[in-house]
Amino acid sequence: MAIHEMMTGNLAAAWGARLADVDYVPAFPITPQTEIVEALADWCDNGELAARFVTLDSEHSMMTAAGAAAATGARVFTATSSQGLLYACEVLYTIAGWRVPLVLVNVSRALAAPITLEPDHNDVLSARDSGFLQIHAETCQEVLDSILMAYRIAEDERVCLPVIVNMDGFYLSFTREPVIKPAQEQVRTFLPPYRPAHLGFKASAPQALGVAVLGGAPYSHFRHQMHLAASNALEVHQEAAADFARLWGRRYDLVEGYRLEDAEDVLVMSNAFATKGKAGVDEARTRGRRVGLLRLRVIRPWPAASVARALRGRRSVAVLDQNLAPGSGGILFQEVAATLYHEPGRPRALCSFVGGLGGKDITVAEFEAIFSQTQAAGERGQGIGPVLLYTDRERREMEGLLTIAGNKQ
Amino acid sequence: MPWQRETFKKIKQIPREEYLLPGTSLCAGCGGLEALRLATKVLGGNVVYVNAAGCFTLLAVYPFTPFHGSWLYTTMGSAPAGAQGIRDALDVLLAKQRLPKEEDLKVVVLAGDGSTYDMALSATSAAIYRNLDFYYFCYDNEAYGNTGVQLSSATPYGARTSTSPCSLQHPAGSVREKKDLFEIWRAHKPPYIATISPRHPLDLAEKFAKAGKFTGPKLFLALSACPTGWGYDPAQTTEVARLAVETGLWPLKEAINGQVVHTYVPKRRPVEEYLRLQGRFHHLFEPTRQEEAIRHIQGRVTAYWEQEVAGSRNEASH
Repeated sequence: MAIHEMMTGNLAAAWGARLADVDYVPAFPITPQTEIVEALADWCDNGELAARFVTLDSEHSMMTAAGAAAATGARVFTATSSQGLLYACEVLYTIAGWRVPLVLVNVSRALAAPITLEPDHNDVLSARDSGFLQIHAETCQEVLDSILMAYRIAEDERVCLPVIVNMDGFYLSFTREPVIKPAQEQVRTFLPPYRPAHLGFKASAPQALGVAVLGGAPYSHFRHQMHLAASNALEVHQEAAADFARLWGRRYDLVEGYRLEDAEDVLVMSNAFATKGKAGVDEARTRGRRVGLLRLRVIRPWPAASVARALRGRRSVAVLDQNLAPGSGGILFQEVAATLYHEPGRPRALCSFVGGLGGKDITVAEFEAIFSQTQAAGERGQGIGPVLLYTDRERREMEGLLTIAGNKQ
Repeated sequence: MPWQRETFKKIKQIPREEYLLPGTSLCAGCGGLEALRLATKVLGGNVVYVNAAGCFTLLAVYPFTPFHGSWLYTTMGSAPAGAQGIRDALDVLLAKQRLPKEEDLKVVVLAGDGSTYDMALSATSAAIYRNLDFYYFCYDNEAYGNTGVQLSSATPYGARTSTSPCSLQHPAGSVREKKDLFEIWRAHKPPYIATISPRHPLDLAEKFAKAGKFTGPKLFLALSACPTGWGYDPAQTTEVARLAVETGLWPLKEAINGQVVHTYVPKRRPVEEYLRLQGRFHHLFEPTRQEEAIRHIQGRVTAYWEQEVAGSRNEASH
């Protein structure tokens, strides 16, 4: 019988790295990620984890050291959040181009300005096109499990790309949930030791990595190779998921369907707020609505076939983006819309909602509003959005703040 | 005790082996490349070069590299952090016996002054702070050369660059003083720092040999005469490099654990001889002579040496 332990998402992430038996952890602290690197610092110090822990001077340096160590042949783990991910952004693209299979945990936190602490996904989606693969977790258990899967996928020679495992700050990072820790011996069968054939700096076999290319033709070749490798990760993920399920009984798909069987309208979400979305679905079903939820788990590579399969034939689909591209709307809405365009049985309406920005709660009443507007859009055959989720009470409170700040209404 | 070379007394003692081969896409007469070539003769072949964006990024262009050793291009701002990752990973792999000892490498950061003086200063400071065991080779051509010679914080007073033009408002070109990076590095107390010149190969080689005895940061500033950026015929690189040292503008020195020793004391020819050779200082002489600016440059050099000579008895005898 597996033992559940209560642990935060941050501690679950640290355990993921520990069970993956990483060699190297370059670190830089940022709220709400700090508990991850604190735990790893402790374990490296007391010998429970045979890895070198080094504090760097910035996330830019941290990611460079991480990529360089992985290029040398070490298994590398690191973690950041929000502004830190943006500070490292240049390096994300760079080391993805090196084709180094490390794992980076991002603890989502909304971006400045205004500066804040609670989550939304503009941070992690800023790295959407960096070449890192992205797995977005809903629970603390999924954080730990996804890190093990991430190494398995990243190190597969059909992929050789780094992976971001994303969790929501506060809602997962600081929230204790029951988590089962896989046994170390079993992890070794799932994730063999890292012995890369294509990487490593050594005296007997010099190699040049990250070299310049002249002209667009070689550049296009290498970028296209990254695209093909990232696309391979769809299949590799499914193989890893099957092995994972065989060993531990937990099955992770590229996307997760919730009460989709007979759903007429479907809400698309990601990350921890999907738990709220599922509660919203349950509530709506008690009122007679035939609705379901599709949770996007693997964002890169984009699981187009899985998304299309789950959404074709529905009356109406709503995408709830916990991010905002100013001047456009929700980021994932665009990807879902592009996926459905060529589907013969595409939904009659696509609706775009933006909510949970900066960790703003989404209440059951707001989900009810989403479902009713989405149904109406489906009946009408015309989508809506982007619609910002904002309650009357929140608006009144905001007006109060504006008044205090001296803005006349 | 005057500074003396112990390993390299004659030019014949410099290894004939080449570890940096010709045929790169760098400019003819690149002083930085010559300084690096000499350095590689002491460093040998078991090296991984960690490069920051700059002219030398064009040394390794797919599918070629001129080095016997390995190469990793990082970013403009984080080559020292790349060196950290490689050194740490090598140490971990050696300790876990996943890499035999004979496969170990020296880790050498290769960066220009734009990276070194400006963007990567924080990353370098942190690498020294962590006592990272690495070499830092800065080819300092006193401008952002690869992008078309713009002002960097290594650009000296009086130089014209493409972002510090000489004009009616600014007749002298740049009026900022070159950042004293040697002293900034020295404040961190690394085991070894030196300035070098490609025109002083024995001095250069001796310093790399000496640095090799220390564990920790070993940092080099190579004044890299640059025909393209400084505006002179490539054949004159050796003369420009020689005069930089002989006028006293580029003091050759080292600091071991913070203790400074000048490794060559020039007779100090007038700075004008150095300035006149270069297009970037042409406006100081034509169409009218800018006496005040020239005097300012000479004054800074004179003050430096008077202070150094007065403050130290540790001078080299040559």
